[in-house]
Amino acid sequence: MTDFFNALTLLGNFLIIPGLTYGSQLALGALGVTLVYGVLRFSNFGHGETMAFGAMVTILVTWGLQSLGLSIQPLPTALLAIPVGILATVVLTLLIDRFVYRYHRERKANPVIFLIVSIGVMFFLGGLIRFIIGPGDQIFFDGTRFILKAREFKQMTGLNEGLSLKMTQAVTIITAVIIVAAMFWFLNHTRTGKSMRAYSDNENLALLSGINPDRVVLITWILVAALATIAGTLYGLDKSFKPFVYMQLLLPIFASAIVGGVGNPIGAIAGGYVIAFSELILTFAYKKVVLYLGPDNMELESLVQFLGTDYKIAVSFIILVIVLIIKPTGLFSGKTI
Amino acid sequence: MSFLLGEQMTGGYGAADILHNCSIGVEKGEIAVIVGPNGAGKSTAMKAVFGMLPLRKGQVMFDGEDVTQLKPEERVVKGMGFVPQTHNVFTSMTVEENLEMGAFIRTDSIDDSIAQVYDLFPILKEKRKQPAGELSGGQRQQVAVGRALMTHPKVLMLDEPTAGVSPIVMDELFDRIIEIARLDVAILMVEQNAKQALEIADKGYVLVQGQNRFTDTGESLLANPEVRRAFLGG
Amino acid sequence: MTALYQQYRNQILFSLMAGLLILVALIQSLSVSLTILNLCLISAIMALGVNIQWGYAGLFNVGVMGFAALGGLAGVLISMPPVSDAWQAGGFGILLGLVITIGTVVTCLFAWSRIQHLRRQRYWIIAVIIISGYALLRIFFDPGVDAVESINPSVTGYLGGLDLPILVAWPVGALFAAGIAFVIGKIALGLRSDYLAIATLGISEIIIFFIKNEEWLTRGVKNVNGLPRPVPYEIDLQQAQWFQDWAMAVGMPVDDSSAVFVKICYALLFIAVIGILLWLSETALKSPWGRMMRAIRDNETAAAAMGKDVTWQHLRVFVLGSAVIGLAGAMLTTLDGQFTPVGYNPLRFTFLIWVMVIIGGSGNNWGAVLGGFFIWFFWIEAEPIGLWLINALTSGMDPQSAVRAHLLEGAAHMRLMTVGIILLLTLRYAPEGLIPEKKRL
Repeated sequence: MTDFFNALTLLGNFLIIPGLTYGSQLALGALGVTLVYGVLRFSNFGHGETMAFGAMVTILVTWGLQSLGLSIQPLPTALLAIPVGILATVVLTLLIDRFVYRYHRERKANPVIFLIVSIGVMFFLGGLIRFIIGPGDQIFFDGTRFILKAREFKQMTGLNEGLSLKMTQAVTIITAVIIVAAMFWFLNHTRTGKSMRAYSDNENLALLSGINPDRVVLITWILVAALATIAGTLYGLDKSFKPFVYMQLLLPIFASAIVGGVGNPIGAIAGGYVIAFSELILTFAYKKVVLYLGPDNMELESLVQFLGTDYKIAVSFIILVIVLIIKPTGLFSGKTI
Repeated sequence: MSFLLGEQMTGGYGAADILHNCSIGVEKGEIAVIVGPNGAGKSTAMKAVFGMLPLRKGQVMFDGEDVTQLKPEERVVKGMGFVPQTHNVFTSMTVEENLEMGAFIRTDSIDDSIAQVYDLFPILKEKRKQPAGELSGGQRQQVAVGRALMTHPKVLMLDEPTAGVSPIVMDELFDRIIEIARLDVAILMVEQNAKQALEIADKGYVLVQGQNRFTDTGESLLANPEVRRAFLGG
Repeated sequence: MTALYQQYRNQILFSLMAGLLILVALIQSLSVSLTILNLCLISAIMALGVNIQWGYAGLFNVGVMGFAALGGLAGVLISMPPVSDAWQAGGFGILLGLVITIGTVVTCLFAWSRIQHLRRQRYWIIAVIIISGYALLRIFFDPGVDAVESINPSVTGYLGGLDLPILVAWPVGALFAAGIAFVIGKIALGLRSDYLAIATLGISEIIIFFIKNEEWLTRGVKNVNGLPRPVPYEIDLQQAQWFQDWAMAVGMPVDDSSAVFVKICYALLFIAVIGILLWLSETALKSPWGRMMRAIRDNETAAAAMGKDVTWQHLRVFVLGSAVIGLAGAMLTTLDGQFTPVGYNPLRFTFLIWVMVIIGGSGNNWGAVLGGFFIWFFWIEAEPIGLWLINALTSGMDPQSAVRAHLLEGAAHMRLMTVGIILLLTLRYAPEGLIPEKKRL
């Protein structure tokens, strides 16, 4: 019986908690991508950099607060700085929309043109971010590191395996749940949220119903900026902030959005967790788990791993490709592609 | 002067005009029907009245006001309702949300209007929590009409409301349209099913190549042998 | 004035580019200028490849990096000497692994065609085949890989290549890219354009992951150095009497002139390739086939209605364009003399190439070439220019000032921002690019 719980703890510690954390980060990112796709109808390649920008402002404010000696122990100070990050990112995205996207929107440009425009935005933001904060690693985490330490868990339960829960993991998961709940409440229960869904569903009919497209676009960018900042900051808190990483993150985020069904918010969230867990499940070495569950004198040479850890990110694309072949509209049927 | 009147309308999407001096009008509480062969510009005429087609000549008067320069959205605010032929519901939203979106421009309570629509189309009340995309063709049309009614329009314009529905559903829809007209709403509609539509019409317009060919009461048009032979299949 | 520009636009723009390179030769050095020129030429070929896909057919391929890396891999596999110890140690296991992989794929395709009538179960059947094939693969393949990678890992640790002249790698690189493009095209070309973009982006990442991690084949992050050259080595030149005489005659030190000579040799090779490619592309574009491709691009539905097999034509163009990119990838590895998998990043190898095509003028081969030149030139020279600019702008400031230090440090990133701005401005004010597509009837 102890062996069973040991195995379970192992899975909890190396699969479930990290999966939930990473899945939450992807889900928040994918939600932003899917909102842009649903309302503005293009794949936003600049989203990774938007996340990085939001995280960057949050970091700068966090440093400011830290130097003033302000903190909210045991929580990381960055949480206090996020609103400023959101505000700055909202201003940024609205400026970009005003000076870049609006022109092409008014001309009803082809979605591919929008995509290329968003690549331009990606370059611009990438440069801006590196110019301001540099290309290096930035650490801005403070507060208590662990909520539950592996050693304490072992003492508590008497098991061989430890279960640890980092503060950043807990913060990430809880924040994601709150944000997602708020998001769905907004989309399903407020007039503005419903008007966004209506606009995304049928633009012409929305116009006929007197829904103001400019307002819908404005609200969308505000939400996207907020989601991007939160996702970017949570990712940076949990791993570390490095501008380059956010461009790499763009790919699993797109995979999440498409796997779930692009344009569909529920799909984006489900997609985030599907991608995160597939990455971990396929690259986790099950050796110890098998040893615990197998007969006592069992010996195992192999790591019992489907794919090398190096292939972690590749997993998301493999899933993406499979979904594209089998069900291009995604698990939750987004816009028909 | 009619309550809603598109007068001497001339215009088209590109260089060539589709409408030539076409006039369409309807009174409060009346049903006016536009019929004609394919490509006669029926839907175009209706779109012109609603402001979805740039006019080179002519004007649109509504409730004693010149609305020729107004955009479609602005005409909705003035009290015109429009049900497009296709893509006329928000498929991913529930029936009730569709109705709410129809009333988007209103700031007062809309519960009464929703109740009214449910009275008119009882099936919608049953299905109010279902996404409109999951409904049958006839039910979708009811949602589409209901959505347009939510602003309490003084004139309701329907572009082929019975396209693609069974004859039974068509009769049912026409009955509802008559009921709506009794609420003192002016109704202007384009119809493929010319015979059945003219039966309920107070006024009928037969368009050919963007021009008025015959204009009369529905009854007289049905009785007119020339109209019968050329447009109603005998 | 504008009429004159219109008439001689191409000549003016290309002379301008030549002038910039000459300027660099005068200010920095001839060697620097030639280095830039060589990379300009390779960039131009990549841009040509993208232009074939985007400009001719409207296909949005964001997997340029992957195809270029495949071309680079061809350079290693063709030109490096085989490592016979490694072959003896693990060759059998790896070959067996290859056979198993092919067998699994064939079985899958065969089974798939036979079980279409089973609705949901067919996916499970395929999954079972793949998983068992994969398990089998791992059993035979892994020991082979371990054996190969343990043979003198600091120098080899991989199977090596075929020891053929590296020029052979150029067409082979094109073939590699074409093969993968065929598979990708089969999967993704039926989808709408931005899906193709994301799919190609993903697959190019997978290719890079594969190259980075499969050390038995590529040495992975340990890089492969010392690829043979198609042109003479500097050291041989310096010792050759005729070359010393020539250097004397030109009046340059022997070591400088040997470097320049080698670069000129590369440049001539590249120019020959680009010339052939341009001739081929222009001929294709003028042919009935080119006309059909434009018809498909401009109105897919109408073309399909006229009985053109749009997907098949798209697939052909996709494969062709990718082959050109693969060729350029092989040329790049040849020029570098080494294969460095970590060097492939999407910003430099995919998005920058796209910027070249858009700014040069999509649909126009000369435009793509010019875009390749201009953007690569700018990409390299932006750093010195930016540094110089910021130095000039901040010259009034206290040299110890933190702001100035930060600005100078950040100058390197100005080029990202500037490229972004140039792209955005082009899309808005000159969406047709520097050399717009010719209106053909």
